[in-house]
Amino acid sequence: MARRQTSEALRTRARGTRRPDHVTEQRPRPPIVELRRVTKIYPGGHVGLEHVSLRVDRGEFVFLVGPTGCGKTTLIKTLLRELQPTEGEVLIAGRDIGSLSAKKVPQLRRRIGTVFQDYKLLPNRTVYDNVAYALQVIGASRSEIRKKVPDALRLVGLADKVKNYPDQLSGGEQQRLSVARAFVNHPPLLLADEPTGNLDPNTSVGVMQVLYRINRTGTTVVVVTHDREMVDKMRRRVIALDAGRVVRDQAAGTYTPDDESTREFARRVREEMGIDDERPAY
Amino acid sequence: MGRIFFFIREGMRALRRSPAPSFAAIITVAATVLVLGVLIPVLQSANRKTNEVRDQVGLRVFLSDVNAAGQPLPTGGVGQQAPPAQVQELQSKLQAIPHVQSVQFVSKDQAKTILSQRLENENRQDIVAELPGAHNPLPASFNVQPDDLSNLGSIRAAITPPGANGKPTAISPLINDVNDSRDDADKISGATTAIRWVLAVVSGLLLIASLLLVANTIRLSIYARRREVEVMRLVGATNWFIRWPFMVEGLVCGLVGAGVAIGFLFLGKTVIVDPLKNNFNLINSGDTIGFASLAIVLVAVAMAVSAMGSGFTLRRFLRI
Repeated sequence: MARRQTSEALRTRARGTRRPDHVTEQRPRPPIVELRRVTKIYPGGHVGLEHVSLRVDRGEFVFLVGPTGCGKTTLIKTLLRELQPTEGEVLIAGRDIGSLSAKKVPQLRRRIGTVFQDYKLLPNRTVYDNVAYALQVIGASRSEIRKKVPDALRLVGLADKVKNYPDQLSGGEQQRLSVARAFVNHPPLLLADEPTGNLDPNTSVGVMQVLYRINRTGTTVVVVTHDREMVDKMRRRVIALDAGRVVRDQAAGTYTPDDESTREFARRVREEMGIDDERPAY
Repeated sequence: MGRIFFFIREGMRALRRSPAPSFAAIITVAATVLVLGVLIPVLQSANRKTNEVRDQVGLRVFLSDVNAAGQPLPTGGVGQQAPPAQVQELQSKLQAIPHVQSVQFVSKDQAKTILSQRLENENRQDIVAELPGAHNPLPASFNVQPDDLSNLGSIRAAITPPGANGKPTAISPLINDVNDSRDDADKISGATTAIRWVLAVVSGLLLIASLLLVANTIRLSIYARRREVEVMRLVGATNWFIRWPFMVEGLVCGLVGAGVAIGFLFLGKTVIVDPLKNNFNLINSGDTIGFASLAIVLVAVAMAVSAMGSGFTLRRFLRI
C-alpha cells in the first residue's frame, strides 16, 4: 500500500511542476546504478567489459546500445549479480553488490525487475500466475496478490487474458506479460535486455510504450537494444558500448515535453517511424 | 504454515501440468522397489539355507559290533551292539572334545529304521523286505556336530590322535571308523562362502544401479525444467523456495511408485508364493522379513531417494 502511494506520488510529481529544490538538497540519494571502473574478463581471456564507469540516477530512462558482443548483456548480468566483475565495483542504490552474500542475492533480484528478449515466462502457469509468482516469491499475502496482479496486467493491457497460458499469447503479448511480472512489485529499477529483439516495429512500439509508462511512475528503466531507430526517436539518454568500453554517453533527445502522455508518445514515435496505423499496438 | 501448503500445491501443480516425466519417475521407482522387494526376502532365505547346509555337515563315528565276550569285532564282523555303559562313556568323551556342539547316538536298530524309511521313500519296499531281521549288518554310530564347520578337522584329530607309531589311533577300541567327510566339508564351506559373496555383490550392484536409475530419471525431469528454475531465480526466489516444490514432487513420485510396487508384491505373495509354501523349503524358510515391515522399509527408502534425488539434482541449477 505504502509503495503504491509512493509511486502515485511520483507520478503526480512527474506530471506536475518541478519538485522543490530543497528536497533534493536535503537528502542527496545515491544514484540507483553506479559502476566504478568495472572490468569483466571471461575465463579464456575474452574481455566482456573494460573499465566501465557510469551512473544512472533515479527516474532516468537509459538506452544501452552497441553491436553484438560489445558487453551489453555482460553489463546487465553484473547488475543482477549473475556475473561477478573481475575488477571494479557495482553499486545498486549506493550498495556494493559484490560484497553481498549468496543468500542476499535473491533479495537484490527482488528489487530489480528484468525483461528479456526471450520473455522467460513460466510455461505451465497462466498469465495471472506468472505475475503472481513474482509476488509469491517475496512472501506477499493473498490479498496483496489479488490486488496487485490485476493492476500490473491492466498497466500492460493484458487484463482480459488472465486465464491464458504463455504459448497462447503473441510475441508482443508475452513480452508485455514479462514486463508486468517485472513491474508487479514496483521495483525501483527495471532492466530490459533486448525487449523488442523478437518483435516487429509496431509491436515494439507497444512494448516501449509500456516501459515508458512504467518510467513515468518513477521507476528507473535501463533498456538494452540494437534498435537504433527506436532509440533516436525516443530521445532519451543513450550509452553506447563497443568492445567492452563506453564510447558515447549523451542525453540524446534535444527536447521532450515533460507532460507528453503515453498516447501522444506512441503517436509521435509511430509517425516518425512511418507507421500510420492508428490502432493500439496491443 | 501457509508456505507448506503453497509448496505442496506447487508440487502437485507440476505433477499435474507435466505428467510425462513424473510418470517415468514413478515407473522407475516402482520397478526398483519391486526388484528390491523380491530380492530382500530371497537373499535372506538363501543365506539361511546355506547356513542350514553348513549345520548339517558333521562327523560320523562308526562303532564296531562286539562279540558275546564283549570284545570289538573287526570291520565287517556282525555281532551285538556295544553295551550301553561303554556307549555312554564314549559319548561323554566325544562331548568333552573342544568345539563339539552336540553328539547324537544312532543305534543299530535306529540305523536300520532310517535305511528302511529312505528306501520306502524311494518306493523300494522290495529291498526293505529283504533286509535281514536277526543279524543287522548296520553299525551303530555317533553324529558329531561341530560348532563351526571350520573346526571339523581339529575335532577329527582329537578323536583319532596320532599313536605311538605315528598312525592315527582312535581314543576308544570301540571306534571302528570316522567318516572322512573333510573333503565334503571343505567343498560345502567353499561353496557357501562363494554363494554369500556372489549374493552380496549382486545385491549391492543391483541396489546401486537402481538408486542411480531413480536419481537419473529425476534428473532428466528436472533438466527438462531448468529454464523454469532459471526464471524463478531471476525474480528473486531463494534456493529453498525453488527446491521445496521439487522435493514434494519427488516425495509423491516415490510414494506412488512404492505403492504400485508393493501392490504387485502383495499380489505375487498371495497368488504365487503362499500356495507353494508347503512344497518348497526355500520359500517357507521362516524368519524372512515380515511383509508389513518390508513394505514400510521400501516406501521409506523410495521416498527418501526420490526426494533427495530431486534436491541434489537441483543444486546444479541453483548455483549463483
